[in-house]
Amino acid sequence: MTVTTALPSFDEAIATYEPVMGMEVHVELGTATKMFCGCSTTFGGEPNSQVCPVCLGLPGSLPVVNEIAVESAIRIGLALNCSIAEWCRFARKNYFYPDMPKNFQTSQYDEPIAFDGYMDVVADGVEYRIGIERAHMEEDTGKSLHVGGATGRIHGASHSLLDYNRSGIPLIEIVTKPIEVPAEVAPAVARAYVTELRELIRALGVSEARMELGQLRCDANVSLRLPGAAYGTRTETKNVNSLRSVERAVTYEIRRQASVLSSGGTIVQETRHWHEDTGETTSGRVKEEAEDYRYFPEPDLVPIAPSREWVDELRATLPEPPSVRRARLQEAWGFTDLEMRDVVNAGALSLVFDTVAAGATAGGAKKWWLGEVARVANERGVALEDAGISVADVARVEVLIGEGALNDKLARQVVEGVLAGEGTPDEVVAARGLAVVSDDSALGAAVDDAIAAQPDVADKIRAGNLGAVGALIGAIMKATKGQADAKRARELILERLQS
Amino acid sequence: MPSISREEVAHLAHLARLDLAPDELDHLAGQLDQILGAVAQVTEVAADDIPPTSHALPLTNVFRADEPRPCLTPESVLAAAPAAEDGRFRVPQILGEEQ
Ligand SMILES: [Zn+2]
Repeated sequence: MTVTTALPSFDEAIATYEPVMGMEVHVELGTATKMFCGCSTTFGGEPNSQVCPVCLGLPGSLPVVNEIAVESAIRIGLALNCSIAEWCRFARKNYFYPDMPKNFQTSQYDEPIAFDGYMDVVADGVEYRIGIERAHMEEDTGKSLHVGGATGRIHGASHSLLDYNRSGIPLIEIVTKPIEVPAEVAPAVARAYVTELRELIRALGVSEARMELGQLRCDANVSLRLPGAAYGTRTETKNVNSLRSVERAVTYEIRRQASVLSSGGTIVQETRHWHEDTGETTSGRVKEEAEDYRYFPEPDLVPIAPSREWVDELRATLPEPPSVRRARLQEAWGFTDLEMRDVVNAGALSLVFDTVAAGATAGGAKKWWLGEVARVANERGVALEDAGISVADVARVEVLIGEGALNDKLARQVVEGVLAGEGTPDEVVAARGLAVVSDDSALGAAVDDAIAAQPDVADKIRAGNLGAVGALIGAIMKATKGQADAKRARELILERLQS
Repeated sequence: MPSISREEVAHLAHLARLDLAPDELDHLAGQLDQILGAVAQVTEVAADDIPPTSHALPLTNVFRADEPRPCLTPESVLAAAPAAEDGRFRVPQILGEEQ
């Protein structure tokens, strides 16, 4: 169903209603094996090649918990300032859907391993404390392909095909408390929360948290209420799989619900699906009640009771909090608040950090990742790290600029070449003949030609008007197709005209 | 007093996307009620000094190292499937869901 009636604008919506949000983020852990069995978690295997009796739910098989997954869950909990349960269990979440071959998902229910924490995030320069309700362990589901329908959706499909390679991969679900922030910043706060959480997960080293690969998935709960009223009915928007989508989906849902409510309608508690292309959500299934899942404690797994010593040991492994690290890097790099925010929002913090470590200047690293590389990545719909240029390549380009072997214009062509798959920066320089012309014989000829072609300009320089040098350099750059070393050209001009 | 009502059976049938006729609901409600009644006998022997438990053994923290083990082959896995297509399990049309 597509909403065709015009929705109120965001400003109109929040003039009447206050949004309350709740974010549920699933993080796929980067463990080598699944949550309850030794099957590999490597991405991209042949369908159903990474399965065993445990993750297929075959009779008689018994699950055993992955210790690293529990450690990761505790570390995430600690990093989110949560309390760690002294004793907790897994439960069976029963449902009739073929993405789990067991007919239930093994998940924590009312005994999460971590609970009651918070994370501070900054949106539009203001800090907001986001309460964390819980972080619990569960397992991922298999992947479904729906066949026979027009769009690959369930609706209209004749049957479905299941690949269980992903089924059983450890997931940590992180649930916020209700987020009540000023309405005008609500979508930005939602985005800032997911951005900050992603940084934290990466800093912990428990997952690469790449949204485009589904390693970090976000569901956004949104409800509206009149100021001071009780919470309204909420919807849960699924499939919000980029930082930009988080902001857009929350904005859309606020507008949609405002439209329904202001025309006298009621909000249905349901899951909704976000469509990146149209920027809309559509109705999914009416949400099942928790009791419909008939949770009960998992009888095949014993409880988890992390000792205080173990938790303290894990606490000692926590990295510097992302906000502290950012402040430290911003100072070291000499970036303004705005520059730093751009880097973080682009998901380029680690890339810039690594590029600087590989020999580039911070400004140079930022320029390429947020400029040329971001443009190409955006065109191709891929993440920056998948645009086709490595940290080492970007650093090498910056080194070549520093050595005077490339100027900015040539460097741009080199980066273009690398992004186009023509090889390393040095290979592109050689293949395209892009080295800066700075040897005096070649450059000297171009300087002489330029002086001869513009005698009036030369006279001005002889008379001491150094501002006129630019005109000759322009001509030299044109004659050398941009490959001249501008600095050396200037020296040669002055040598000839001021002696 | 039955421990499961006809309406609850109808709700479970809906969750399972089963289309049950009224006489089937009556039949199954009676059967399920017998099963629940049998299980409920356990509560008669549970004393106040016995805490509820979910596991027979008083163990905690049974863990496995994060080391890959061999998996089954897709051929052997799919050989046990009622239907398969393109290396995947083939299941009937999924009803009442949209994803
Ligand atoms: Zn397995």
